[in-house]
Amino acid sequence: MGAVKALEILSPGPLTTVQDLGRYGYGRYGVAPSGALDSFSLRVANLLVGNPEDEAGLEITLLGLKVQALTDLSVAVTGGDLQPWLNEKILKMWCLHTIRKGDILSFKAPKSGFRSYLALGGGICVPTVMGSKSTNLSSGFGGLKGRPLKKGDILLSDSPYLYLEEIERAFDPKRVPAYPKDWVIRVLFGPQDDHFTREGRNLFLNSSFKVTSQSDRTGIRLAGPPIQTREGMEDSIISEGVICGTIQVPGDGQPIIILGETVTGGYRKIATVISADLPLLGQVKPGDQIRFCEVSMEKALQSFREVEEMITQFREGLSR
Amino acid sequence: MGDRALLVELGDEISPLVNRKVRELFITLQNRTIEGIVETVPSYRSLLIVYEPRRVRLSTLQKAIDELQKTVDISKIPEPKKLKIPVVYGGEYGPDLEWVARYHGITHEEAVKRHTGNIYQVYMIGFTPGFAYMGELPENIATPRRETPRTAIPAGSVGIAQRETGIYPVVSPAGWQIIGRTPLKLFDETKWPPALMEMGDSIQFFSIEEEEMSQWER
Repeated sequence: MGAVKALEILSPGPLTTVQDLGRYGYGRYGVAPSGALDSFSLRVANLLVGNPEDEAGLEITLLGLKVQALTDLSVAVTGGDLQPWLNEKILKMWCLHTIRKGDILSFKAPKSGFRSYLALGGGICVPTVMGSKSTNLSSGFGGLKGRPLKKGDILLSDSPYLYLEEIERAFDPKRVPAYPKDWVIRVLFGPQDDHFTREGRNLFLNSSFKVTSQSDRTGIRLAGPPIQTREGMEDSIISEGVICGTIQVPGDGQPIIILGETVTGGYRKIATVISADLPLLGQVKPGDQIRFCEVSMEKALQSFREVEEMITQFREGLSR
Repeated sequence: MGDRALLVELGDEISPLVNRKVRELFITLQNRTIEGIVETVPSYRSLLIVYEPRRVRLSTLQKAIDELQKTVDISKIPEPKKLKIPVVYGGEYGPDLEWVARYHGITHEEAVKRHTGNIYQVYMIGFTPGFAYMGELPENIATPRRETPRTAIPAGSVGIAQRETGIYPVVSPAGWQIIGRTPLKLFDETKWPPALMEMGDSIQFFSIEEEEMSQWER
């Protein structure tokens, strides 16, 4: 066992960070979960290369990441299709590859989705801070030195040679999620939907919202017809806890979907994205359109079980 | 809240009493093991409980929390910690002190006296790791937020806005009026607990000189 130099960052792109499945249990200290926004894709990438599904990988945003292998590695790329290339050839996503020392992996441009995930057999060796390797961008800890990756960074991996396998392994293409430009995101109303007018709630469900360029890992900011609150309501409420998927509506009526970098918020929460659809939020990019669809609690839980079942089946299929 | 969080509301106002109730429930919950809870976030008037829907049903959790609310035993709730926070007021450390003093038609010294003359309760930790929202700021120094928020202020900056005061643990954008700076480190991810202040703590500020800052840095 030992940490081995695995990858050198030749170009980081606009935002590449080390993320695992997040940091939970420290919300009381204001510590947000962080973590892979599309957790489904990171989990599958890890399973493809033989890691535990909660190991850390790289979350790559939009385009531009270029890395060089410093040793032979098992790798998998999942999530949004940012057109990954291995040297001079397109790299097939959602399957296991062995890359050789000196090989160059680069992400050209977004074809579908917004974020790709790169897993290495052996994971990424960075310190575990408060139970997680995820990068906390607001406070600058976790991940690699608490910051996005930059040119010249070298990532270590734990005994990657133990993960080299000359076998074919792929995630069933029929089960790879679609990342359209027009999204339908399922929600449950509440907890403060009663602060809005009936027309406001109808408008929320029957309108298409545009994802603005102010969106980041903290939240997806939307632009559309303003959602009105009931008469006499102030613009903000007393701040309180929020989760990934909480949809807040500030005074200007333009919804914000909270993602992974905050634990509190001071605006009215009209609705919450269901757990089954949370990974999709990681693939929503500026310029896309979102519509919200209300579902029942039963439907929400059933959909979540289906997603989890898909991962369980894949994991069990690997160990057989 | 959605299919994996429960928001327990204990009032609808910013008040020390409501906040104390949140703390009591939060601590009672900490001392009990309820299957499936992954995160709890106490705030001014509510307690957010995040759970793993495959491990616990909402109805089961709701029942457990209802039961727990009935069994809160105030005698078992520890007294909040009392902390004194050194602050260098005004000048480059508190660029808005002047504005605040002018807003109330008082001297710098009087503004500092009003800020240090009160004991504050930590209502919530949020915004960034370790940021404590504290109240209640006396009416005679309560000041609106800045019209234009600053894009970046240094770690340790002490701000006020309406009836609240707070300290920014890390460099961050800020809409509050910045009246001073503390040399204390508010958040350190390598320590336990990582945050200097916790929800419920009792805080008093005291004024120090610039030259004294180094004695307090930790």
